[in-house]
Amino acid sequence: MSGQTLTMDVRRSGAAGIIDIKGDVTASSEQTLMEAYTEASNEGAKTIVLNFEGLDYMNSSGIGLLVTLLVRAQRQGQQVSAFGLTNHYRQIFELTRLDDAITIHDNEESALA
Amino acid sequence: MSRDPSNWATKGTDLQVGDIPKGAINLNVQGRSVNSPIQGFGKMWQKTYRVNLGENVDAAEVIKTWKEKFPTFWPKGQNFYGPITGIAPGEVALLNLAMPGGVKLSTGVLVLYADEESFTLMTPQGHMFAGWITFSSYPSSEGVIAQTQVLIRASDPLYEVAFALGGQRKEDRFWDATLKSLAAHFGVADPKVEVTAVCVDKKRQWKRAGNIKQNAAIRSGMYAVGIGRRKAKAAATAAAATSAAASVAEHSE
Repeated sequence: MSGQTLTMDVRRSGAAGIIDIKGDVTASSEQTLMEAYTEASNEGAKTIVLNFEGLDYMNSSGIGLLVTLLVRAQRQGQQVSAFGLTNHYRQIFELTRLDDAITIHDNEESALA
Repeated sequence: MSRDPSNWATKGTDLQVGDIPKGAINLNVQGRSVNSPIQGFGKMWQKTYRVNLGENVDAAEVIKTWKEKFPTFWPKGQNFYGPITGIAPGEVALLNLAMPGGVKLSTGVLVLYADEESFTLMTPQGHMFAGWITFSSYPSSEGVIAQTQVLIRASDPLYEVAFALGGQRKEDRFWDATLKSLAAHFGVADPKVEVTAVCVDKKRQWKRAGNIKQNAAIRSGMYAVGIGRRKAKAAATAAAATSAAASVAEHSE
């Protein structure tokens, strides 16, 4: 698939693991996303925060990967939240009902509060 | 892949069914909301069905054809009533599916996403599954692959029992037949469908057991019983009228 190369950087902030997403999230993103999640979960992270400020595009397969990540996080007793979504992707999270399980915040400060 | 926001359906609170094709049963869709796997009850499964279409086809052409002729690849007796315009984001389609006893299970799907490489359907409340079904095609070293991938939970405890008692195998046969039909359209002789199943979450979500109130199979069955009673009553009325007319004619002679 053509598109922007995906990179995911991981940061820690207290008990939160932050995944900074840059590029396209599609079916081919699975390994990158799961490796980032594993790294973010190291050292007992209680919250996984997804930073979508650098997201270029996500298709329906990308949304499916988020559900898989969510299941893994729930198995570890972790909360998952997100920030940096454009209005379009906020609507997508509502339409796909991902917002039932992933809390959406306006910014990083709110997500880490 | 076109990276166009219009590849996605636009958010709406409830499903709205458009023109209803003749012969379609429209139940359990209008006004319902859609469910992701998060809103389902049963274990979460990701099942992937793949068929190799060979090297003489183009993946984009496969998706284009699949969208245009989607209902024609379904097994006989299972009906997909989509919009005349074909598979497009935001469209709502009715499904009438054969159940035991000759009853038609009436439900539907929302076209959540569609681009040149894939399209995804999302299920409404009451459907057997809560989740997504994604259809895609892509080149591989062995040829162009057509793929159906489901990420689903059974919607409620009744469906979860049904899946355990043969429903999963029925589902496998359905997509096996559909992909073989697609492959035959592209001239593949003796196509083989490969299946990979992963249990993503073994836990059932008991807080979602109340989904049974929306169960489309139960509601479809009740609808069929209602129709059966009305037909029986009409037949009895007609028989009584015929008998009465015959009696009058006999006494007149």
